[in-house]
Amino acid sequence: MERFESLTGIAAPLLQANVDTDLIIPKQFLTTLVRSGLGRHLFFEIRYDRGGLELPEFVLNREPFRKASILLAGPNFGCGSSREHAPWALRDFGIRCIIAPSFADIFFNNCFANGILPIPLSLPDVEALAEIEGPLTVDLAAQIVSGAGRIWRFEMDPGRKATLLEGLDEIGRTERSLPAIEAWETGREGQRPWL
Amino acid sequence: MTKPPRTLYDKIWDEHVVEVRSDGTVLLYIDRHLVHEVTSPQAFEGLRMAGRRVRRPSGTLAVADHNVPTLGREAGISEETCRLQVEALEANVREFGVPYLPLLDDRQGIVHVVGPEQGFTLPGTTVVCGDSHTSTHGAFGALAFGIGTSEVEHVLATQCLPQRRSRNMRVRFEGRLPPGLGPKDMALRLIREIGTAGGTGCVIEFGGSAVRALSMEGRMTLCNMSIEAGARAGLVAPDETTFAYVEGRPMAPRGAAWEQAMAHWRSLASDDGAAFDLELCLDVSDLAPQTTWGTSPEYGLDITGATPDPAAAPTPVQREAWARALAYMGLEPGTPLEGLPIDVVFIGSCTNGRIEDLRAAARVAEGRRVSPAVRALVVPGSGLVKAQAEREGLDRIFLDAGFEWRQPGCSMCLGMNEDRLEPFQRCASTSNRNFEGRQGRDGRTHLVGPEMAAAAAVAGFLTDVRRFLEA
Repeated sequence: MERFESLTGIAAPLLQANVDTDLIIPKQFLTTLVRSGLGRHLFFEIRYDRGGLELPEFVLNREPFRKASILLAGPNFGCGSSREHAPWALRDFGIRCIIAPSFADIFFNNCFANGILPIPLSLPDVEALAEIEGPLTVDLAAQIVSGAGRIWRFEMDPGRKATLLEGLDEIGRTERSLPAIEAWETGREGQRPWL
Repeated sequence: MTKPPRTLYDKIWDEHVVEVRSDGTVLLYIDRHLVHEVTSPQAFEGLRMAGRRVRRPSGTLAVADHNVPTLGREAGISEETCRLQVEALEANVREFGVPYLPLLDDRQGIVHVVGPEQGFTLPGTTVVCGDSHTSTHGAFGALAFGIGTSEVEHVLATQCLPQRRSRNMRVRFEGRLPPGLGPKDMALRLIREIGTAGGTGCVIEFGGSAVRALSMEGRMTLCNMSIEAGARAGLVAPDETTFAYVEGRPMAPRGAAWEQAMAHWRSLASDDGAAFDLELCLDVSDLAPQTTWGTSPEYGLDITGATPDPAAAPTPVQREAWARALAYMGLEPGTPLEGLPIDVVFIGSCTNGRIEDLRAAARVAEGRRVSPAVRALVVPGSGLVKAQAEREGLDRIFLDAGFEWRQPGCSMCLGMNEDRLEPFQRCASTSNRNFEGRQGRDGRTHLVGPEMAAAAAVAGFLTDVRRFLEA
């Protein structure tokens, strides 16, 4: 998996509440058989008009946010469907970090599997970050977001932090526990034979 | 020393811990894995690239449901990308030896309808699927939650998932539901109360007399919607209702194994004195039929209510969200929900596509006609639901009333197949999400229960189903 250590980049503000994964990547793009190429469909229905032309008022259609690598979002970001197509689309667009007051559980998990760092910060903090002109810097090891001479500290579960910093192969890591899994299964067969 | 009292969630969790890892995460064993065509192709491709196999095919069950046509599927799937995705699933299940219910099999249907029907879902198990509505299976006292495709690959390869423990929340529904109301109204009322993030980080155990009184199908509707409250999972402790439903299902234990299983299943309840991080109690005795007015399941109202005024919103973020929702829905503040003209009615989905839902809708539709202004679809949750409904003559009731009677699948709940709203069409839908564009670009969804959906189809506008009961 892709590592995440630190990042300096443009932060695009999209502060509306309850942005769901249907809005991030709508259904018509879920028939893909691959993970790549979804970036151009990111936020499709609020980014393009019916003729496929860019809506100029949408943040990612404006400079300098076309090259954003950080998304500043509202509460409960990523709610709804479990589709991992949502983080795939964000990552493919170039987003490596999302800062929001809160995230939906499944989306939050899916971010880490794709080298995206989701950072929970309070709404006033996210609003303050949105006021900053120029790039923000995110340092995962130090758990700090900085910009315009100011610093914000964020909380991060140590396990998740290590996963991103080291770019761990999660399946490979679980496979190292194979003897424990096998022993568990053997014990289970005796105890719950109907399963 | 006596053990501290534990919740039902704690008990299922503890039993499935394979290993506690140095970073505090737990390797949790997964008993049951449901697989469908949309969130699995990249997972199988990942296995192939790494030279991995499916660790436990017997704990895995695959079925195509999300993108399949609901009419004329015998002739094949005409939308090419959908067809390719179903073909990819069929190639993958062959290559990796995963049990599969083919599209033309009578048992095909929505994963969350099929799992329980087949007895694949059992009390006390862990159940996952690359679909957020996996929470449905919590109705059996199973710990069931939705996962992403990377996690699908993880479970296929190892039968385990690294997990962090959720918090315990208990919601009790007390009292007796009035006639014409169902579990969908209970779920929408709860989400209205706690919001779509109210259950974030929690597993919700549902209890109370109104939950005990629900059938298994009703409990599935309730647990299904727990994801719309943001919860990791919903749970109902198994009881005689559960056991009666499971007994005799094709994949359920039999004979001595059944007795052994029952002995375990009877222990699956929260202990007296078990601590919950959050508790809530709702009385359902005076509940009114629920309808959503906006683009989040938390934007619910009694059918007798009117749309809110953003000026009255408690926070600036909410003010903006309400205004945006009203604009998307084409509604002014203060608009009564009752009487809103409807273009489409959708009855189906993993929320309300089971036989009892169809019976409830048919009771309202019987002897009446769908309004000429309305297109009304009934999409059974599975082939077995469809066959049962046809044995009971429900198809005739629907067809005679002017509803379309279709083949099983997810259909217009998410509109991955041809079943979509046209721009600006207004729909009374028994599905679970009213997000912008969910049922079709610029489509406007009002979430309701099956009785309310049937009433809207007949009236041609959102209406109070209780009037139909009096007639």
